[in-house]
Amino acid sequence: MSATFTKSMARNVFYGGGVFFFLLFLALTFDTMKVLPKRDNSQNITPAVAHGKKLWETNNCIGCHTLLGEGAYFAPELGNVYVRRGPDFIKAWIKGQPTGVPGRRQMPQFNLSDMDIDDLIAFLKYASEINTNKWPPNIEG
Amino acid sequence: MKYTSQAVAKPYFIAAIALFLGQILFGLIMGLQYVVGDFLFPAIPFNVARMVHTNLLIVWLLFGFMGASYYLIPEESETELFSPKLAITTFWVFLAAGAITVLGYLLVPYASLAKWTGNDLLNTMGREFLEQPLPTKVGIVLVALSWLFNITMTMLKGRKTAISLILTLGMLGLAVFFLFSFYNPVNLVKDKFYWWWVVHLWVEGVWELILGAMLAFVLIKVTGVDREVIEKWLYVIITMTLVTGIIGTGHHYYWIGTPAYWQWWGSIFSALEPIPFFMMTVFAFNMVNKRRREHPNKAAVLWALGTSVVAFLGAGVWGFLHTLAPINYYAHGTQLTAAHGHLAFYGAYALVVITMISYAMPILRGRAANPERAQIMEMWSFWLMTVSMFFIALLLTGAGVVQIWLQRISTTPMSFMAVQDSISIFYWAREAAGVVFLIGLLLYIGSFFVKGESRAIE
Repeated sequence: MSATFTKSMARNVFYGGGVFFFLLFLALTFDTMKVLPKRDNSQNITPAVAHGKKLWETNNCIGCHTLLGEGAYFAPELGNVYVRRGPDFIKAWIKGQPTGVPGRRQMPQFNLSDMDIDDLIAFLKYASEINTNKWPPNIEG
Repeated sequence: MKYTSQAVAKPYFIAAIALFLGQILFGLIMGLQYVVGDFLFPAIPFNVARMVHTNLLIVWLLFGFMGASYYLIPEESETELFSPKLAITTFWVFLAAGAITVLGYLLVPYASLAKWTGNDLLNTMGREFLEQPLPTKVGIVLVALSWLFNITMTMLKGRKTAISLILTLGMLGLAVFFLFSFYNPVNLVKDKFYWWWVVHLWVEGVWELILGAMLAFVLIKVTGVDREVIEKWLYVIITMTLVTGIIGTGHHYYWIGTPAYWQWWGSIFSALEPIPFFMMTVFAFNMVNKRRREHPNKAAVLWALGTSVVAFLGAGVWGFLHTLAPINYYAHGTQLTAAHGHLAFYGAYALVVITMISYAMPILRGRAANPERAQIMEMWSFWLMTVSMFFIALLLTGAGVVQIWLQRISTTPMSFMAVQDSISIFYWAREAAGVVFLIGLLLYIGSFFVKGESRAIE
């Protein structure tokens, strides 16, 4: 690098650039928070959904599955599972684990009550109705 | 070493390597579970192994960063560490907290762990990479603050260099952005939005400052190139990091319920994220070519150059592969993401920590460089780990491309599990590459025990 561009100039560009782009990021964040209610399906957050989210978290579902594409890639996407499989299938599936089929990937038995499972399904239904810009590309997730 | 208090770095480095070994062992368990689904089930289900694998990664890198700063800051500041005692106490607290947390993951059902550790008080658990129980999260904050305090106080009483300033700034950012891990709203979109303020702003933001500072420090030491030149480069590189990386967070905001304009912001800025990594490669090779001395620690030079190249490939090239919104629409949440994650973390962060350890550890053990034979072993381990990790990335990329095709593009899309069955050959080969990686790591550990003649400190 040329000698006319000194270290202190580089330092000033660093601080200036860093602060500018962080402020821009904050502005975009502010705008996002403002328009989010139109997209995030938050009007449908019920106590059941909230409890379902907590169950989703305390059983570490994200350790195998993805939710809106984020998580582990070991088991199917669940952001749209409500649409793909429907509530009855999901309930039966959770209750039926583990399948115990030799050599197949196994999902643990979490010993959830019927009400817990209903709340979890309510959470998955809520998640499936978030406006995700048409992701995933098809029903398979 | 120049200052006796630098010795506190040693236990940090040893713990980092030990936890790294643990991380790889759990990686191999998971790799096998990908193809032999019921392996170790129900003793260690996949989600538990994954928590251990990723959390150990974070913790060993933090140990590495901390050890590196306790070594580097006194030397840069030309004064003894403010409080070696605090540094050692922090070490034991962090190690104990880490060990108890991992044992908790392994021995207790996660839901019970959540109940017993106060998750009902404040819900923070069960989100990817932030699975730690509340007390552990608080512990991480305290450890980070103690680290930051110790380093800042040292710097204040001594010389203030760009390297130490940038390192401290990186640590400050690390501590501040981690606070978002305590914010977990019921609104899933907001939860995800701010989750990235920890994850993305760490690894594609403030951690890169730490990475740059560590690399610059080692390069000054092993090449003897003028500090003014190296620090100028460092500023330019990290400017590009923040300019591209902060708004680049937008590449995570395409499909999680956030407004569509993020597809533009995220695509444009994250497409530029390879630039600072490319500059880092050019920088490292330039400095080594212009070296004004032949440092006896050849292995450290190799690790440093390796860091710059593999970070560019893993974070830069593999990141770019799937960062543009129209491509990410198909690639999001597939094995392609895993490919990028592995090569980027290895290249940028695992390698920079090893670079630092490789440079500093011989000095901490009273010699400028390790014996020739030990260095050759280290170089072997570099090539084994790097090539095998490159293969892991290639194989997961192959798996990801086929997965995208069969599951998302084909006119007759297959279900997730059917696709997984059809790409198992990639997973088998990945597991084999993982075994080679483990051999490389064992060789690295072995290199510490090789005896022989070594040069004394000049």
